[in-house]
Amino acid sequence: MPGRRNNIRAANLPAPELLVRTQGDGGCELILSGEWTLGALLPRLGTLARAMAERPPAALVSWNCLAIATIDSAGAMLLWRAWGRALPTLLSASPEQLGIFSRIADADREDEQGPPRSKFEWLRGVGDGVMQIARHLLDFIELLGRLLQDGAYLLRRPGEIPQREIFANVYKSGVLAMPVTALVGFLIGIVLSYLSALQLRNFGADVYIVNILGLGIIRELGPVLVAVLVAGRSGSAMTAQLGVMRVTEEIDALATMGVSRSLRLVLPKVLALALTMPLLVLWTTAIALIGGMVSAHLQLDIGYGFFFDLLPKVVPVANLWIGLAKGFVFGIVVALVACHFGLRVRPNTESLSANTTSSVVIAITAVILVDAIFAVASRHIGMPF
Amino acid sequence: MNIVAIHDLSTRLGDVWVHRDVNLEIMRGDVLALVGGSGSGKTALLHQMIGLLAPDQGEIRVFGEPLYGGGRAREVALRRRFGVLFQHGALFSAFNVFDNIAFPLRELRVLDAGLIHDLVMLKLAMVELLPRHARLMPAELSGGMIKRVALARALALEPELLLLDEPTAGLDPDRSDSFVQLIRALREELDLTVLLVSHDLDTVAALATRVAVLAEQRILAVGSMAEVMRVDHPFIRNFFFSERARRALEHTDLADPAPA
Repeated sequence: MPGRRNNIRAANLPAPELLVRTQGDGGCELILSGEWTLGALLPRLGTLARAMAERPPAALVSWNCLAIATIDSAGAMLLWRAWGRALPTLLSASPEQLGIFSRIADADREDEQGPPRSKFEWLRGVGDGVMQIARHLLDFIELLGRLLQDGAYLLRRPGEIPQREIFANVYKSGVLAMPVTALVGFLIGIVLSYLSALQLRNFGADVYIVNILGLGIIRELGPVLVAVLVAGRSGSAMTAQLGVMRVTEEIDALATMGVSRSLRLVLPKVLALALTMPLLVLWTTAIALIGGMVSAHLQLDIGYGFFFDLLPKVVPVANLWIGLAKGFVFGIVVALVACHFGLRVRPNTESLSANTTSSVVIAITAVILVDAIFAVASRHIGMPF
Repeated sequence: MNIVAIHDLSTRLGDVWVHRDVNLEIMRGDVLALVGGSGSGKTALLHQMIGLLAPDQGEIRVFGEPLYGGGRAREVALRRRFGVLFQHGALFSAFNVFDNIAFPLRELRVLDAGLIHDLVMLKLAMVELLPRHARLMPAELSGGMIKRVALARALALEPELLLLDEPTAGLDPDRSDSFVQLIRALREELDLTVLLVSHDLDTVAALATRVAVLAEQRILAVGSMAEVMRVDHPFIRNFFFSERARRALEHTDLADPAPA
């Protein structure tokens, strides 16, 4: 409702008015008065535009602007549009008003339309999408290559290993992630154990709860759960950090000081996650098993000691190694994806949020894909029967 | 008629009193320059004038009205009557130049797209940019262009009062000069009242009709440049009579009047 947005100025100054005086020869004179400023015009915009549209052919109309108290560029633009973007032949206006109109005419001359939209815009969209994916893959391979070069360089000069950065990342993405992974792991353990127990009891196969929990959590659920949590927690933080460093030109500053960004920023993150993820997997798996144990004890009355004794007998230790290996690989995947997207951030807020989102989504998808590959490749290893 | 009236304003940031009993008036048609050392609270005072920071004590009236209270509609209507040019432009980085300038016009929710397009193009021409610049993103603009686009956005709603925070900071002397010229031309053309916060004596000397010096938590002096320069105070001596200042003032008739 335009009236509600009434500017205060309109309340105590004369409102814009349009008076039509019909003349004998079929023509008319339009007399404008009052405040033709944006604030005063807003509440009456529709009325005035309609009034200016309902008039005889332009050649018979004369416009009188001399009674206008103040006119700003918004008011002048409104008139200009009503005139069909040219000064009317019959116009009385003050020199200042003519000045405003001539500025508008100048701006009009400069205004060019962009190239017309083609019918094949969609085809171009598809092509752009394909090129985008290709560029992502190329950049990712380039990043991997540079990390391998850095690794080779560091083997020759171990003094330059960025230890402080690595351990800072270990602390941030590992130690600080322990509470949340423990909480989630414990709850998942309880839920999984509870639901399985309900089914197993029907068959009198209570003891198999140990097999199900042991195999499911150690081999599959623990690593994937941790990877998803770390991708959301540390992966997004890494992307945002690198992105902001790009926005504030910190990365360029590093480069001019001769510090390799891959060596100082990317490599520590990848190494830190490769180191902490297996440990987090171990930690979360243990907590999840404890949760499962508690639930199994309450639901099926299976003692803690019995659970402990049975676990190594029914779950071969190879499963633990598979779980830890998955953690190692997932850690590298999450960190690489996070850094890849972080380095692609362009200096604006939109790009930062888009890349952080992509980073988390792609990292989780990649983890699930890699997990499937693991499942196929290790199908003959560590199965109890 | 005074456009801004600051009455006995005191500001506390944390435990520190930044201002105590500040009094200042900006009259219609003034170009008032607010100068002061770093940390003297120039920006805090500006933020209070545009309603980003509520004063701890005292009162600020803009266009004769208080900034706060009286309902949301009134507060919004009052804020639409002044335009602010932020130090770093504060362009919305997700919008291109056109959408940045169109944003305040669209927020009125009354104007149709054609009129908004024409008005944006007019503002672009007013700040001496070309129509093809409208499609650029803020990240693609040079420092001088960012200031011009930000100025066009500040002028979008035809304000009566324009507040400039360090308008020439970060510009090279050439661009700084041409930006000052542009502001001066627009001020005359649009009949604006201007408040200018600046460190740069060149800018102050070129634009200001009156100068207010903020130091020691209060306004030390207000008046024309020559009047303010007659006040004997270490800050004023340092600001207006240093070697650098002398060079800046060489081209004006203010150079070298001995302090009283």
